[in-house]
Amino acid sequence: MTAVESSLPNQVKLGTAVTAVFRRDLLLAYRHRGELVNPVLFFFLVSMLIPLGVSPNPEVLALLAPGIIWVMALLATLLSMDGLFRGDFDDGSLEQLVVSPHPMYLLVLAKVVVHWLVTGLPLTLVSPLLGLWMALPPDGFVALFLSLLIGTVTLSMIGAIGAGLTVALRKGGVLISLIIIPFYTPVLLFGTVAVSNAINGLPYAGLLAILGSFMALSMGLAPLATAGAIKISING
Amino acid sequence: MGWQWFHRLGSPRWFYEKTGPWVFWLGLAALILLAVGTLWGLGFAPVERLQGNSYRIIYIHLPLAFLSMAGYYIMAISGAIGLIWKMKLADMVMKSAAPIGAVLTFLALFTGAVWGKPTWGTWFEWRDPRIASTMLLFFLYLGVIALQASYQNQQMADRFSAILAIVGTVNIPIMYGSVYWWNSLHQGATIKFTGGTSMHPSMLYPLMVMIAGFYCFYAYALLKSVRAEVLHREYRTQWVKDLVSSNRAV
Repeated sequence: MTAVESSLPNQVKLGTAVTAVFRRDLLLAYRHRGELVNPVLFFFLVSMLIPLGVSPNPEVLALLAPGIIWVMALLATLLSMDGLFRGDFDDGSLEQLVVSPHPMYLLVLAKVVVHWLVTGLPLTLVSPLLGLWMALPPDGFVALFLSLLIGTVTLSMIGAIGAGLTVALRKGGVLISLIIIPFYTPVLLFGTVAVSNAINGLPYAGLLAILGSFMALSMGLAPLATAGAIKISING
Repeated sequence: MGWQWFHRLGSPRWFYEKTGPWVFWLGLAALILLAVGTLWGLGFAPVERLQGNSYRIIYIHLPLAFLSMAGYYIMAISGAIGLIWKMKLADMVMKSAAPIGAVLTFLALFTGAVWGKPTWGTWFEWRDPRIASTMLLFFLYLGVIALQASYQNQQMADRFSAILAIVGTVNIPIMYGSVYWWNSLHQGATIKFTGGTSMHPSMLYPLMVMIAGFYCFYAYALLKSVRAEVLHREYRTQWVKDLVSSNRAV
């Protein structure tokens, strides 16, 4: 440890730093309440296109519902991803995370968890409503809710990698989708099949467990890649 | 002996000068192997019992499918080397490997579609896990190329695409596993690849020749591309200027 570092007055503890990031991001999200509604609105609006554009027949809708709702949740998450680090990158607070002595893994994890709380969680909470809209058979609701609850965490974690890789660009929107969508496919497959299985009276707990393992894996590894990408964005 | 050669790879100039003669020999080997394999496979290998002559596209399709996967790992591993040891040459290999791999993957899909039409009666079949996973691989390549292209700063472009390629390698087994699992769930025995039984040597040997030929071709294309990239990135240095003025740049 250099003389300068050791002479710093009482350093901020790790827990304090992580909590500070967490609370700051939540507060920022709360201050921009209007923007919070956007992914949810998008979720509904794009889903509305399916009955209008494909078929309003309840039987057709019921067949498509698990996949449609999952795809829309995925797209809504993806669209919200671009803003994850952009504001912090522009005003320099992302740089503060990089120069802070604390492991970036935990700071990034805190930021992404907040992102999930303000996008993935609301999407999950309104999904039963969308299920009614899309004529989802009654047996599918619990599976839809649970699979989205677990799966959207993974979506946020993986999407953050894309946000980190493109934050140094002025506009990352379409590029994020290009590089991230292939990584979303396993979550989509297991999520959709869990709902279909529930509708068909087949067991789906194992599929939820696999979604849970994706969540654990993505929480363990994705913030590392995201932190690496952010460091490169800041340091060039 | 030992690690000296690895450290020397840090110098693009050393690499460029050393590999000059390789280009010719790799190209020649690829040409001979591909010519022999093509003639042997298309002209002399026996007709397949069930598929007739249409099976012969395997002599192009299978090596391409091998390379599409191997190419991704070559790209990702060189990206990781560039990221960890800050080796310029590894970054150049990664950048060059992306478009080559994408083209080979596309050709693997294309030849597969051409083969699928007479055999399965369809150009594209989502229920075949191999097609679906190769499609995903193709998009992974495109993602790396798109990311590489969107940054003006070459060093940042290299590091970002290296991270993306590494994330891809972690994800590929999961993606492939899911696609296979999903298909085993959906699919009865509608479509099965004929390759369940082992191949007769008279068909297998030309295939081996073709695989070796395509690997040589891949090495040749990658080497040519990396050498061009070396010249492009080092164009301000004296040795490149000397090379150009002496007109020996290939």
